[in-house]
Amino acid sequence: MADKPVTEQTAVADPITQVVAVLKERFPEAVQADERKGFSGIVVDPRSLVDVATVVRDELGFDYLSSATAVDYLGKGDYFEMVYHAYRIRQGGPALVIKARTPRDKATLPSLIGVWPGVDFQEREAWDLMGIRFEGHPNLKRILMWEGFAGHPMRKDWKEAYYEQDNKPFDSRWPGGQVSRAEEHNPYGKNVAYPEDFTLDGFTPVGEAANYTGLNMGVDITELSSPGLRTDRLIVNLGPHHPSTHGVFRMIVSLNGETVEQLEPMMGYLHRNHEKIGERNTFLQNMPFTDRLDYICSMSNNLGYAQAVEKLMALGPRFQPPTYRAEVIRVLMVELTRIVNHLWAIGFLLNDLGAFFTPALYAIAQRELILDFFEATAGSRLMCNYMRFGGVSRDLPEKILGIPLLANDLIRDENTMDFLTNLITERLPQAVDELDNYLSGSEIIINRCRGVGILPPEMAIAYSMAGPVLRASGVPYDVRRAEPYSIYADLDFDVAVRYNGDIYDRYLIRIDEMRESIRILKQLLPLLDETRGQDIQAGTKAYSPRVPEGESYGRVENPKGELGFYVVSDGGQNPWRYHVRAPSFINLTALGEMCKGHKVADIVAILGSIDIVLGETDR
Amino acid sequence: MKSNGGPDLNGLHDPDFPLPEGLQSTIAVTSLDRVYNWSRKNSVWPLLFGLACCAIEMIATAASRYDFSRFGMEVMRASPRQADLLIISGTVTKKMVVPIVRIYNQMPEPKYVLAMGACASGGGPFKEGYNVVSGIDKYIPVDVYVPGCPPTPQALIHGFLTLHKKIESQSIRTVPWYRSGESAGIPIPILGPDIIDPRQAELIRRQAELAASNKQEAAPAPAEA
Amino acid sequence: MYGLGVLKGMGVTLKHFVETYIEDLKYLGKGKRSVEAFTVRQGLRGKSLGLFTVEYPEEKIAVPERFRFVPFLVINNLDDPDLPGADWCTSCGICAKVCPPQCIWIVRGTDPETGRPKPAPEAFYIDIDICMNCGYCAEFCPFDAIKMDHDYELASYDRIGEHIFDKKKLSKEFRYYRSLYPTLSAEEAEARGGWEHKDVLKAKAKAEKAQSAGAPAQPGR
Repeated sequence: MADKPVTEQTAVADPITQVVAVLKERFPEAVQADERKGFSGIVVDPRSLVDVATVVRDELGFDYLSSATAVDYLGKGDYFEMVYHAYRIRQGGPALVIKARTPRDKATLPSLIGVWPGVDFQEREAWDLMGIRFEGHPNLKRILMWEGFAGHPMRKDWKEAYYEQDNKPFDSRWPGGQVSRAEEHNPYGKNVAYPEDFTLDGFTPVGEAANYTGLNMGVDITELSSPGLRTDRLIVNLGPHHPSTHGVFRMIVSLNGETVEQLEPMMGYLHRNHEKIGERNTFLQNMPFTDRLDYICSMSNNLGYAQAVEKLMALGPRFQPPTYRAEVIRVLMVELTRIVNHLWAIGFLLNDLGAFFTPALYAIAQRELILDFFEATAGSRLMCNYMRFGGVSRDLPEKILGIPLLANDLIRDENTMDFLTNLITERLPQAVDELDNYLSGSEIIINRCRGVGILPPEMAIAYSMAGPVLRASGVPYDVRRAEPYSIYADLDFDVAVRYNGDIYDRYLIRIDEMRESIRILKQLLPLLDETRGQDIQAGTKAYSPRVPEGESYGRVENPKGELGFYVVSDGGQNPWRYHVRAPSFINLTALGEMCKGHKVADIVAILGSIDIVLGETDR
Repeated sequence: MKSNGGPDLNGLHDPDFPLPEGLQSTIAVTSLDRVYNWSRKNSVWPLLFGLACCAIEMIATAASRYDFSRFGMEVMRASPRQADLLIISGTVTKKMVVPIVRIYNQMPEPKYVLAMGACASGGGPFKEGYNVVSGIDKYIPVDVYVPGCPPTPQALIHGFLTLHKKIESQSIRTVPWYRSGESAGIPIPILGPDIIDPRQAELIRRQAELAASNKQEAAPAPAEA
Repeated sequence: MYGLGVLKGMGVTLKHFVETYIEDLKYLGKGKRSVEAFTVRQGLRGKSLGLFTVEYPEEKIAVPERFRFVPFLVINNLDDPDLPGADWCTSCGICAKVCPPQCIWIVRGTDPETGRPKPAPEAFYIDIDICMNCGYCAEFCPFDAIKMDHDYELASYDRIGEHIFDKKKLSKEFRYYRSLYPTLSAEEAEARGGWEHKDVLKAKAKAEKAQSAGAPAQPGR
């Protein structure tokens, strides 16, 4: 990775230092560089945050806010720090990191929703999980937990019902590990804890009504349900159990007849506390948990996390970057995953359009072959847990060979390289062509998709959309190009882009991207042959790697968009802060805008075209 | 079970009644229980309901490679009113358990619940999380547990076959759904400061009293000292 | 022309429909579940036309060597001449420390006479309702003593009694491990210096050393 060819986008000599200097000159009082060891960016006085952000966006060209998250520095200064990562979408290149601090007891910051509307859900998440109030946010309510939940769980001093210890490994496991279930230690036998003096007498739950307040729907829900009402307007809940919400997602829709007036996504039905658990875990232990973020693309998640931690480890003395073969295998896995994901996305978009299951069956048939390869290499079809810091867990096997164990077991026996070659050069192109042939020209699809759910490019950038959704709106932004990682700089591929920004283009761009992925994969085959037998792991694989103090933001172009991991280390075994910038989550910010004015049936199609996975949305 | 061709008479025939060999493919002598269970187990309609990672494997099981329509399960119904089997395919969160209990209550008897994967069975790797229910069986009864994270499609089908065995073991005379009287639904959990199971109302009250009395005991102590 | 796209799509479906019959004709008379047909249909060899249904439970896809399900503990073969049924595990606790969801509990063994810790687990539990099948325990075990099992047919009616696996349920003979992991076990054996239990190898090495050291001292033998 050292001899990365200098592309146009990275030509400017350290652009960030320049930008920081400019900002310090413009706002001498309010802007300071973050001087902590291992940290970067600027720390802004909250009072000038909006002004600085506006200058950063309008004059310095950082028009794309990728990630915004809060860090709780309990015992390390006792403040919350909101961290924003802004990028230049046209030029590419590294991020400008903007930070703003607020005391823990009265946590308030100005909302940046007027500067970057894409910060909407992320600020709500910071309010929900950290308890930072954002002044000026029009709809500041909980997003992942429910209204009425006690406390803000991501605060360092907030403890779960099953809390055992701050960090893993837990002492109760070894050497005196007498087994017990966590529920046995809980007075209720369940994963619950109530405030100390909580009684049911006089308790009224906040309930459903809270979800409708502040929705600006112009309709009072209680008024709606009164018996004498005569109106065409109604409020419809789609989900959380609905076959076309791709999991447990819920939308509250205000309708006028059949036309959508307002739509608000509701999430958190699969909020599995990934980040809280991630901060208890050691760095290595987080790897299999990342599999379960976007559970269709576990390989890409692995890569994103591995890169974030490798960036941190690179600050330390004895870090060795991943070997070349490891990088080749990583890209191989990631691009296969992209195909898996897009096949899945297209199949299920068609499901949402009403072509129930047949297109999905065709689409995911070839996916099984890729999963076979994953299973033989990494050990699991879905949860690959394949990448390690500095390499990958095992080299490709010689053969994809079944081992008989159970009654009626039948064996497959394939040479891995032959299998891969055949898969990449024949099967997958055929599958993509067939899908294209089968669906792209269909009048039903064209009628349902063209001109529906249009997302103009300016809006796509403002709302921090990422991945195929962004590129289908005519913004050729791809992290693989904008800030190349792994060996992407040496590979020949085009960034797929479409210009209409409707559902149809979002469908077509996935076909384009699959073709580009196949192009990349074809370039990898000779590299795999060349590097056969070389090391797949740099240095020794340790179960408790030394991660020096600092912060890092590792981002990769996941099939669904930019996946970022913001990791803060205090030099210990566990990450101090572990945040996931989930493309599925942030891409939903614009869903309400995209659906406005369309019919109910189109909502489902628009949602399908964004392609979300709830494991990642809710984390 | 035969995957194609006519009905599987071997499965229907009761081995207690021997038949001449030539007739075995055309005639079956059987008991009412056996017919009842045979037809039920071959038409278990699952609810079209995916939760998390395991749902992807569940869909893969429904797709062409593993194809659970071979077991008469291809009609996945989106409405709980038409479904026989609730597959809890993934992590159950506190926020989601409310709709799940409601869905369960809406399903007509006889109904079965299959907990797919570690999360649905006992919380799985996310068990320690503050929003995770440690096992759906804390709220609704579960018939079959399928371990694995996630169970492969083959493991899931093994779970279905285990469920078939359970169905086969039931008798039309003793099954609860033909008894008179109404079967009570499961009380819907409430989202308070944490999730509240209405069945534990008394326990919560007692715990609060206990906490209050502890406080009282603790409070005067420093005053005396 | 309007409708052409739909017709084209229908054509693809029709092609799939016809092809399955052509494919079936190829294996006419060879038996429906022939291994040959299975290899072609479930893989990429021999240009099969698509992916075919695996008729579980009558036929099952055998899982590859690296497949991960719940872990098991390797013990010596029960008919081993030197140390029958001996634990490979030394209760060093690395698997419990590296386990991401912390589903492993180990009680370290103590010598009843000296009271000092001894290198074998007194008890070993895995809660498979927590286990995420990540394979870290197997990957980082320095004694090759814990491995991932391939048996996925574990569905049951009860979890409270059955889903915490104790040492007895987890222990499987070395022979079993070798049959599941032919490549890996060979690699490990090579690194270890032989197929036997580490203690046996150690004893052998000691004896050899003693012999080679003692050899010049006993020239008369």
